[in-house]
Amino acid sequence: MTFHLNRHWIPIAIIAVSAAISPTVASAETSIVIGFQQEPTSLDPTADATASIDGMLAQNVYESLTTVNEEGEVKPQLAESWTVSDDGLTYVFDLVDGATFHDGTGFDAEDVVFSFNRAMDEDSVNPTKKLFKPIESVLATDAGTIEIKLKQTDAFFLFNMAQGDASIVAPESFETNNATPVGTGPFKYESWTRGDKLILTKNADHRNAGSVALDRVEFKFISDAAAASAALLSEEIDAFPGFPAPELLPQFDADPRFNVVVGSTEGEVILAMNNSEPPFNDLRVRKAITHAFDRGEIIEGAMYGSAVPIGSFYPPHGPAYVDLTGTYPHDTGKAKALFAEAGVAGSTMTLRVPPFPYATRSAEIVQAQLAEAGIDAKVENVEWGFWIDEIYKKKNYEMTIIAHTSPNDLGNFARGPKYFYGYDDADYNDLWARISSEVDPEARNSLLKEAQKYLADQAVHGFLFQLPQLGVYKTGVDGFWPSRAVLFQPLAGVTMN
Amino acid sequence: MGYFLLRRTISFILTLFVVSAVVFAVMNILPGDPALTILGLDATEDALAALREELSLNDPIMLRYLHWVWDALRGDFGISHSFRVPVADLVAERLPLTISLAFSGMLLTIILALALGISAAANHRMSGDWGVMFLSQLGIALPAFWLSILLVMLFAVKLRWLPPGGFPGYSEPWAAVRALILPTVALALVQSAVLARVTRSSALEVMRLDYIRTARAIGFSRQRVLWRHVLPNALIPIVTIVGLQFAALVTGTIVIENVFYLPGLGRLIFQSIANRDLPLVQALVMLFAAIVVTANFIVDLLYLVIDPRLKTRS
Repeated sequence: MTFHLNRHWIPIAIIAVSAAISPTVASAETSIVIGFQQEPTSLDPTADATASIDGMLAQNVYESLTTVNEEGEVKPQLAESWTVSDDGLTYVFDLVDGATFHDGTGFDAEDVVFSFNRAMDEDSVNPTKKLFKPIESVLATDAGTIEIKLKQTDAFFLFNMAQGDASIVAPESFETNNATPVGTGPFKYESWTRGDKLILTKNADHRNAGSVALDRVEFKFISDAAAASAALLSEEIDAFPGFPAPELLPQFDADPRFNVVVGSTEGEVILAMNNSEPPFNDLRVRKAITHAFDRGEIIEGAMYGSAVPIGSFYPPHGPAYVDLTGTYPHDTGKAKALFAEAGVAGSTMTLRVPPFPYATRSAEIVQAQLAEAGIDAKVENVEWGFWIDEIYKKKNYEMTIIAHTSPNDLGNFARGPKYFYGYDDADYNDLWARISSEVDPEARNSLLKEAQKYLADQAVHGFLFQLPQLGVYKTGVDGFWPSRAVLFQPLAGVTMN
Repeated sequence: MGYFLLRRTISFILTLFVVSAVVFAVMNILPGDPALTILGLDATEDALAALREELSLNDPIMLRYLHWVWDALRGDFGISHSFRVPVADLVAERLPLTISLAFSGMLLTIILALALGISAAANHRMSGDWGVMFLSQLGIALPAFWLSILLVMLFAVKLRWLPPGGFPGYSEPWAAVRALILPTVALALVQSAVLARVTRSSALEVMRLDYIRTARAIGFSRQRVLWRHVLPNALIPIVTIVGLQFAALVTGTIVIENVFYLPGLGRLIFQSIANRDLPLVQALVMLFAAIVVTANFIVDLLYLVIDPRLKTRS
């Protein structure tokens, strides 16, 4: 069975989640083994950006003031409620009662102040420190109340405070969280065999422990796609929420022992062009490149059909999405004419590709499609460390293919000419400033639409497809989010039958 | 003998020294930024600067190298940049698995290769010989990772006799042994193909010699001649190859550990290079170099045991 996730599945997913939340306390121990491709080197999401740390621990072992549900809506977590002042600058959070850290130390407003100050500190190594940039001050008005003052209104503030980077940690244990994480969440750390597995157990003292079905969670690290497939087929693991190989899905689809769920991630896959360097500073060249590629063919060839095309830099499952795939549709003739007009017809361009299957496979197809339009694209496969340094940091590239997996990342285009896009546009910077300070959801969504359209018209990059989330689950495993607006996956709602 | 040992010890130390300098230089030339790898693409400049300061990445390279050498001489291999725990702990956690895998792989390689190689030589130009030659040719041609996948597909997925990968730890000895069977076989099959060929040709050479014919003429049994007279005299090239193969086996675990998702040194070195985790890469490469140099040293000692002529000469 394959669920191609789109809007009308969401009610069903909600039913699945709420069914999972209803207390189903099994007599025997319920234990699940979850496969993960990316193995973290640290277990502290406030000091390391590795996505699997958030994927395993955020909102499971650690909790933040808020959380986000499957649709990306902000929900209470350690803050059970909050009020926002009329000017949108003062947030008062009412903290939950009865939360304790796994090592037995109590949770109160001081822990929140500590966690925020640590993230905002000059010496902070928080991987997404910019989330805290708008904050002016964090104050504990009493043991159960936090008052946060902002310097400017921030549309994404409550959403951002749900992320793993904003996990609430304790001053007593934060220093050892990299190896033995201590949080307030529904699961507590039991053991970690580096390179092999991470084991969590249910936190019986958690305020919602009654509704948590899993007693034991084992994360198993398997980086090799063939090995991941073998581990599933021999029933060593029960779930692989981020299955690495789309080409192997039909085999699971045909097997009644498994459910295959194709959802979406926050990752926009782009054919990035260095906008500050010729010929990509010429709109005609960028338009020509967009005309040259055929998204359908790329998705078929690189993702075996399991992905949704995008025409701009916003996920199709988001509330402000507009379909802009028709802005500069696939038209080799037009591409050729534009390349000729810009004086680059028949030239050579290099495409430096990081070692991710979606990127290397897409590159081969893009190369063939550019060849049809008369451009000789040289594909260079580079290693990740090389990519980070040469392309991301030093902007030493012409084109590359990369997925941007952060939520609300339209702001990337306002990061100035030093950012590896090399894109600097005062109008867009202004538009983004308005988006990030607009607190009214309706108005914000219409601005977000405007931004998408602006970027599509400017053909800043080749916008290819939304990176799918490919999940393979043993039949009976329920409650995993098919699509996610965030990096984490709460396990409190997961059940096994 | 004393001179021999002294010379070997000095060259051992020099080798490690050169290796450490080369690794340090290569890791510095190699594009990459550990701070950016750890903090990711959304990291702010000040957070990156704070982390670089914390990991002392801002110091000049010579100073960092000298620091490292000084600490290493006192047995301190530093703190891993990405794991943030002492390198020695990480290595100690993973070493037993890789060592058991390499040794069991070596053992199986030797058993298979000697049995096949000697029997091929004994059946020279007969179907048994051709069979061994064909199989070993196939074994040399097969990539280890592909063979591993086939083994997993057959024994773990289809027959369900053995686990497809992972390692339960030595607290469950029986499960640990079961987990090591397929990786050991995958490692050994390819290596034993090479060794079987060497064994065969070396044995054939010895079998042509006069004393073997004499031994047969005296009336010693075929088996006795093969195992008591042919094999010991054919050992020198075999031991040389085994020494080289041990190094290949240890490095071969890098691939095998990935396919069988085993928490050994192979996966650790892979990860540490990707993360540009210099202290960890440095320690692991040194360890691998030490293993290779030690294996060569043991081979040299074995020559003395196998070939009494060498002993009288020295």
